[in-house]
Amino acid sequence: PPNIMVGETLNLVKNVLVKLMINLLICFSSQTFDKILIANRGEIACRVIKTCKKMGIQTVAVHSDVDSSAVHVKMADEAVCVGSAPTSKSYLNMDAIMDAIRVTGAQAVHPGYGFLSENKDFAKRLAAEGVTFIGPDTHAILAMGDKIESKLIAKAAKVNTIPGFDGVVKTAEEAVKIAQDIGYPVMIKASAGGGGKGMRIAWNDEETREGFRFSSQEAESSFGDDRLLIEKYIDNPRHIEIQVLADKHGNALWLNERECSIQRRNQKVVEEAPSTFLDQDTRQAMGEQAVQLAKAVQYSSAGTVEFLVDSKKNFYFLEMNTRLQVEHPITECITGLDLVEQMIRVAKGYRLQHKQEDIPINGWAIESRIYAEDPYKSFGLPSIGRLSEYQEPLNLKNVSVRVDSGIEEGSDISIYYDPMISKLVTYGATRGEALARMEDALDNYVIRGVTHNISLLREIITHPRFISGDISTNFLPEVYPDGFKGHQLEAGKRRELLASAAALYVTVQLRSQKVLSPTPVERSHWELCVQLGEGCYAVEVVKSGNVYNVEVDGGTVEVSGQWNLASPLLPLSINGTQRMLQVNANTYTHNLGFFGLGTTPSTLLFLAAQLNSYMPEKVPEDTSSILRSPMPGTVVAMSVKPGDTVAEGQEICVIEAMKMQNSLTAVKQAKVKSVQCKPGETVGEGDLLVELE
Amino acid sequence: MAAFSVARRSRGLINGLKVSFRSSGQLKHGAVAAPLLQTSLHRDSRWYSAGHLSVKERIEAKRRAALAGGGQARIDAQHKRGKLTARERIDLLLDTDSFVETDMFVEHRCSDFGMEQDKNKVTHLPEVIFYFFNIIFCLCLFCFSQDFTVFGGSLSGAHAQKICKIMDQAMKVGAPVIGLNDSGGARIQEGVESLAGYADIFLRNVMASGVIPQISLIMGPCAGGAVYSPALTDFTFMVKDTSYLFITGPDVVKSVTNEDVTQEELGGAKTHTSVSGVAHHAFENDVDALLNLREFFTFLPLSNQDPAPIRECHDPSDRLVRSLETIVPLESTKAYDMLEIIKAIVDEKDFFEIMPNYAKNIVVGFARMNGRTVGIVGNQPKVASGCLDINSSVKGARFVRFCDAFNIPIITFVDVPGFLPGTAQEYGGIIRHGAKLLFAFAEATVPKITIITRKAYGGAYDVMSSKHLRGDVNYAWPTAEVAVMGAKGAVQIIFRGKDNQAEAEAEYVEKFANPFPAAVRGFVDDIIEPSTTRKLICSNLEVLARKKQVNPWKKHANIPL
Repeated sequence: PPNIMVGETLNLVKNVLVKLMINLLICFSSQTFDKILIANRGEIACRVIKTCKKMGIQTVAVHSDVDSSAVHVKMADEAVCVGSAPTSKSYLNMDAIMDAIRVTGAQAVHPGYGFLSENKDFAKRLAAEGVTFIGPDTHAILAMGDKIESKLIAKAAKVNTIPGFDGVVKTAEEAVKIAQDIGYPVMIKASAGGGGKGMRIAWNDEETREGFRFSSQEAESSFGDDRLLIEKYIDNPRHIEIQVLADKHGNALWLNERECSIQRRNQKVVEEAPSTFLDQDTRQAMGEQAVQLAKAVQYSSAGTVEFLVDSKKNFYFLEMNTRLQVEHPITECITGLDLVEQMIRVAKGYRLQHKQEDIPINGWAIESRIYAEDPYKSFGLPSIGRLSEYQEPLNLKNVSVRVDSGIEEGSDISIYYDPMISKLVTYGATRGEALARMEDALDNYVIRGVTHNISLLREIITHPRFISGDISTNFLPEVYPDGFKGHQLEAGKRRELLASAAALYVTVQLRSQKVLSPTPVERSHWELCVQLGEGCYAVEVVKSGNVYNVEVDGGTVEVSGQWNLASPLLPLSINGTQRMLQVNANTYTHNLGFFGLGTTPSTLLFLAAQLNSYMPEKVPEDTSSILRSPMPGTVVAMSVKPGDTVAEGQEICVIEAMKMQNSLTAVKQAKVKSVQCKPGETVGEGDLLVELE
Repeated sequence: MAAFSVARRSRGLINGLKVSFRSSGQLKHGAVAAPLLQTSLHRDSRWYSAGHLSVKERIEAKRRAALAGGGQARIDAQHKRGKLTARERIDLLLDTDSFVETDMFVEHRCSDFGMEQDKNKVTHLPEVIFYFFNIIFCLCLFCFSQDFTVFGGSLSGAHAQKICKIMDQAMKVGAPVIGLNDSGGARIQEGVESLAGYADIFLRNVMASGVIPQISLIMGPCAGGAVYSPALTDFTFMVKDTSYLFITGPDVVKSVTNEDVTQEELGGAKTHTSVSGVAHHAFENDVDALLNLREFFTFLPLSNQDPAPIRECHDPSDRLVRSLETIVPLESTKAYDMLEIIKAIVDEKDFFEIMPNYAKNIVVGFARMNGRTVGIVGNQPKVASGCLDINSSVKGARFVRFCDAFNIPIITFVDVPGFLPGTAQEYGGIIRHGAKLLFAFAEATVPKITIITRKAYGGAYDVMSSKHLRGDVNYAWPTAEVAVMGAKGAVQIIFRGKDNQAEAEAEYVEKFANPFPAAVRGFVDDIIEPSTTRKLICSNLEVLARKKQVNPWKKHANIPL
């Protein structure tokens, strides 16, 4: 009997061991790669590294020389320099990246978005060396990468496509003829180009010629492929896209939509998921068509099918992006999936873990793209500089605020790369909650050293039309026909701002007394004058403790706060309402961020303000005869020479910045006096380009 | 505007009657003025038992005349030039109701060339007590403001006497003097008496130098001998477009050297703040200048007997400055902005730069660390690689000496590739001018903290507040390279004519282009993470506040002028 007992015990142990082995095998089987190289930079590289860390995968960063102390380099386990600053020499430098893969022994490459993410040659080269490309197979990239071919495939897969004409265009006149056949307006873009970059809309023959010239130039310089696409332009459309996820075993899911209609110059600014516009039927129809397309090209990995949706909820296939999208976090928020993790799993050959019915829409997510650009110049012209101060809205991070960024305090925003600072994502049970959090997060976001677009973002997300969901891709030009001018303060808010400025001034003045002595004699009654823009407002301040009662502009405002003069954030209670102001102080003029506005109220004692009226006005430079660069960049074309006569509106030169070409035109008819730059030269913002007589 | 000027006038009245500082400080314009005036006069009446009414009338008449200055027409003319009157300037510069005027009754003593009939018009040089901080600590200053509306602000014997009087007072009390200059020059009608007046002022400027801070704000013309008073003071500020400083005006220049030059080109704010280095800062206009001067004043101690002031500070002294980790570029040939380092480290980014447009390869100015005023000196890699040349040496030396004279700790940021070579520099005397900076740093006994951010090459390393010149705390960032010269130059000398230069260069870089050689010898006290710089400076200053160091007795040192 004891022997039997021993045998049973052994059996038991055996069983346990077997179970353990199976478990281990399961564990082992969910293992993917040991080491992944991320062929990208900035926020997306950091984003991918984060998931890799979570999955226990070693990471390799590649970087250009100017990026050697970038955040993604610091985050990765290993880093390899792949060349100099221009993207063509580094992040697009396939030879160097292949070398980096060999040297580090990375088994797979995540390409992020942009750069080599949709480059079939890169995918091929990886395949040839037995390195896994974390993305779809080459044939899918190839099929969807070409705007014309992708449409044909979509049509065949019974996906709705835009009415119009697809074709390769060789000359300007041919372009005009095609445009006329389709009927204006038409859209012209590079066939190989992704996103909205290089996309131009023409309303007549002349604009078609111009659009052809620009687009073909841009196509040539950016993609080495000068083919173009001309198609019917749908007026007042919404841009809604479906996230798909497919594996290598013929399974595909749609992960709901993202509403990306808020755009400027065809680049997305604010995105949300889900869309306020879609009903469940439309969503399902779009989702199913997206999956049909994915299956038609044997798609694997994460991808996005972009649709234009008209006011009657008709939707048309626009293009398919065969990569991770910039705005993927909002889908992650509402579905609870980690898309990067899914991509890595799929790339390793695993089946999808989920079924279509497992994909929820939980709550609402909004994403604002924080860019280093000046929103007051055509909704955003690039700005460069060093982030002298940078504070993400950390204090709010616990309440469903996600910041995807690849920079930190002290980082440089250079002319070489995309000027995006971060993606600010807020999440809530309802849209209202997500929007309120976004407003808070934007107010708490401290960015100094570069011009940024927070003022515009804040205006968008608080605009009644946006709140009601009444948006289209023309939202910005419709709401701001004369360009973005910043938040327009109504009387009550202006009073609050003036009162805050006055109270801050008094705090600063009283602090100057606090030298040596802890209890200086405090003046409690102040007569001041606050200058705000063109207006000058008499202000009376009565201070008691930390509370200021301010008489201004026909009303009384009570301001109180902790008054930390070193912090860039100044939380105040104004008439009982909590407001977050941003402060950038010098002596008596404060830069006060209020409702996203960079205001500069200048506070003076009443007497000083009176005497100020005697001060001579400094004559500003006559700008009509001088053409200055509106942004830092490279001069790509100079269309005039000294002695030429230019007509009003005539192109003078073209500046390229952050992969965008900007045509600068004459504001008046005049003779060219001098030309101060030549093509190929790098110019800074405000640099003199051309002088007119 | 009318009510306003009445209020101001009545205040002048009170002040003229020498109400005690305290009560006038709390006075609020005209409202309280009347009863006080009566009591004062009541007291006076005991002194003048008979005929006091007529005396009283005379007093009032004189005051009215004095307050009116050169009359409304001239005041209007002054305003049209974009300038304020002497009294308006005082009102702006000082705390409301905080000044006491002196010598309102002083008259000029000249009767030649028709000056007699103008006798009732006097120059107004109100002595002023400025209790911007707190009267308990007697934080006051003396101030004079020249009135251009009276004889063009020209300097008479009596005018000079008034200035001398307040300077003597300031020396007695130990408080700074601020001069608001707006004067056409010597009063030619008075001849030698005017010249004597200048000399009296010069002498006092010299005697006060290093004892009390002296500041000149040039708010109009200042020509001829008059320029030497501002030149002798510690800081000369100017107002753009409306102030001029020159020995001789454009007309004389034309007749002597046949040069065509405008007033602005010859001695305007731009010239003196960027070319000659005579002035330390230029401001947009009168109001801007006076308000900025108030701010500037908060950095200064009252005299050489007082410690550097400490103001309430909201910026945590242990704040880590993460942005500094990436500020020094990896390539040692690439420039960066030293101002960014300075602003990131000091309290609340508040840095008052002195001479921002002159010899820009060195940055000097005032800031605070945990509330305490410090003087900052930094090489500026952005301009001429931050090298030391004649102008930057002189600029730095004068600033260091001011700080040392007035107990202000000096913080030095070093990124210097050496002294600028060339005939222009050698012929100009870089040897003796560079020696000034060396002298100033070596002589200084105030707390000295030095941070080597990158290059510290050659003799310039020694000069920039090195350990060897009694630096109290010397730190190096990991990017620091303390060496005799750059690798390339060094290798060319050591291995002259040899082939393996590239290899030798690499070896030299490995050996010397890092902080270790200096650190192992104790020439730097520590190699620190850039982000901890603020924290370390603040805690060191706390300890060094107790520092007492005395140079050997001497009549005065002999700085290589």
